[in-house]
Amino acid sequence: MNRKPDSTSWVQNKILLGMTFPEYIKSNFTISNAIAALILIVSIPVMIYRFIYGLGPSTNLSDTNPWGIWIGIDVLCGIALAAGGLVIGTAYHLFGMKQYRHFVKPAILTSLLGYLFSVFGLLFDLGRYYRLPYPMVVSFGFSSIMFLIAWHFALYIMILFTEWSPALFEWLNLKKFRDFFHKLAIWATVFGVVIAGGHQSALGALFLVAPGKLHPLWYSELLPLYFLLSAIIAGLTMVIFESSLTHKAFKRQLEHLNPAEFDRLTLGLAKAASAALFTYFFLKLFGLAHSNNWKYLFTPYGYWFLFEILGLVFLPAFLFAYSVRYKKITMARWTAFIVVIGIVLNRINTSVIAFNWNAPERYYPHWMEVVITVGIITMEVIAFRWIVNRMAILYDHPDYDPSH
Amino acid sequence: MGMNRREFLKRTATIAGTAVLGSSAHTSADQGPVPESDRYAVLVDTTVCIGCRKCEWACNEWNKNPNQPVKAFEDKTVFNAIRRTHAQTFTVVNRFINPKDSKPIYVKKQCMHCEEPGCKAACFVDAFKKTEKGAVIYNAGVCVGCRYCMVACPFDIPAYEYYEPLNPRITKCTFCFDRTGKEGGVPACVKICPTETLRFGKRKDLINLAHERIRNNPDKYTDHVYGEHEVGGTSWLYLSAIPFDLIGFKTDIGQKPIPERSKGFLFITKVFEVVAAWPLVFAAFHAISKIRKKQSSQDANSTKEGKHEQKT
Repeated sequence: MNRKPDSTSWVQNKILLGMTFPEYIKSNFTISNAIAALILIVSIPVMIYRFIYGLGPSTNLSDTNPWGIWIGIDVLCGIALAAGGLVIGTAYHLFGMKQYRHFVKPAILTSLLGYLFSVFGLLFDLGRYYRLPYPMVVSFGFSSIMFLIAWHFALYIMILFTEWSPALFEWLNLKKFRDFFHKLAIWATVFGVVIAGGHQSALGALFLVAPGKLHPLWYSELLPLYFLLSAIIAGLTMVIFESSLTHKAFKRQLEHLNPAEFDRLTLGLAKAASAALFTYFFLKLFGLAHSNNWKYLFTPYGYWFLFEILGLVFLPAFLFAYSVRYKKITMARWTAFIVVIGIVLNRINTSVIAFNWNAPERYYPHWMEVVITVGIITMEVIAFRWIVNRMAILYDHPDYDPSH
Repeated sequence: MGMNRREFLKRTATIAGTAVLGSSAHTSADQGPVPESDRYAVLVDTTVCIGCRKCEWACNEWNKNPNQPVKAFEDKTVFNAIRRTHAQTFTVVNRFINPKDSKPIYVKKQCMHCEEPGCKAACFVDAFKKTEKGAVIYNAGVCVGCRYCMVACPFDIPAYEYYEPLNPRITKCTFCFDRTGKEGGVPACVKICPTETLRFGKRKDLINLAHERIRNNPDKYTDHVYGEHEVGGTSWLYLSAIPFDLIGFKTDIGQKPIPERSKGFLFITKVFEVVAAWPLVFAAFHAISKIRKKQSSQDANSTKEGKHEQKT
């Protein structure tokens, strides 16, 4: 990218992917972009509506059901599914699994965007969104789990930015910054492990204070451990799921990769996910037995619980083990997808479906809540694609030494 | 950057140490419960209440909530549905039917003013305060509007101004702290109650009184003072003729104060973050030195590592 005397301008080079403006616009007329544009055309006005008119007209939240899908999906699912950076970063930097080097940068970027867009989603849910920094600078609720989460989010976003920034500085040709942050990566990972472990479990701990409201099959003193372990599972399976998507979508950038090697590494992740899923499954059984909640199993909520832990935990644990044993790569990828669905369902169950299970009034999301959530996810995908198309995320930048 | 490796490590360690210790120190401080001797409470004897709803009127009046003429509160049709507190309604009276004699039982509902409030422990900007007199009060000046207090409240009391677009507040009963602070002041609802259903006094005395009433009239009351021990005790105490789960009270919330349920987690996290940080730092140091060794040996015979890095 060091073609200084080139006739193309910086903007053309860096932003328009080397095309002229009309060419660039034309290249963006694709079906997927049309769908994204349609979603944004609908969701952005709804977002503005929410900020101007408040939560009352734009949500189905009530005094009995103060939290809905913006917490359940945007925050709880968003953060769990953003654990890939933590998992792969730890494996690469701390466990020395150097063969996973090509998974690191995409996973870190996904995590960074996951956190940023979770906080963006949280803004819609906060009644006074303009006071977001208050727990950091104005008033400190030391006894609050939410306080721990707020601080950890802020710290972890900085950590992820540190880990991701070398790619940004390579793109901007700022060698000194790039080298400085590149060296910091291992330290960022170390503190990332501490900070991410703390807040992933804290998200589960949020519900410890609501014993009478969360259904006994989901309420447990082990909630923090369940959330932490399932976040690690989410990290592993998101990396499998997402890498299989990016390898289709960004084929052009991945010519340097050996597909057989990629499949082998994917199965390595599947193996780890299988072990983690079996552990999670037995911990869940342990919790069930410990609280003696068997009597709830044969109720409608019980069947739903069984569907979650048999269909979306135990079955995929087995499928992963099978696909590793018989090298069924496609099966491993589909299983990863099932697990991702399972994690999403678990977070929605905890925060929405099994929450207030015995309350007289049930919550169903308002269409505007759904539209905003879909809009946020779309923005995240667009941001991911924009960055991957411009920066060295899926490959090593030719001008820089990638080794740590 | 022009600093050598040792300088760099020293700096990172300092920054990191501050981050971890600092962040965990935030979670440690917690003021203990207010001394109990001076606390006030209200004893509600549901066997006496006639359902006149004058307390609702007086509450609206004192708290400047939208109100109707006191006559309108004689309307009995509101009892057809069970009501809860809302943004402009800090207290409601509900009607239940006694299965024994089919007579109505009226139950006033408002903030219970917990001895160890869940809302206070949940709030990440410390907007709630338990005053020395017993009231749990809220400071809208720092509230961010996350509504975690509503999730944490075992009695489903805090309500939210959902239709206030820019400055929504949490609202709930204030225990008329602005009346009880003055000599001889009692909450507006207590003052207006025509049947002495509500009695304001020292919590200790009212618990004794409640047990005395149960002792003297064992046929009239169920042997339970609701609020004496529930979630660690509350400033509002109830007497009832029949078990409390039949008149709309949660009896499955236990005696453990809500803040206790999160305290253990915060402590473990703190310990983990302080203790786990150091082995991880050493692991990182080890990893780095290993890489450096590898690099120096690589310089000698440049092979193996980085097989796929060639540019295409």
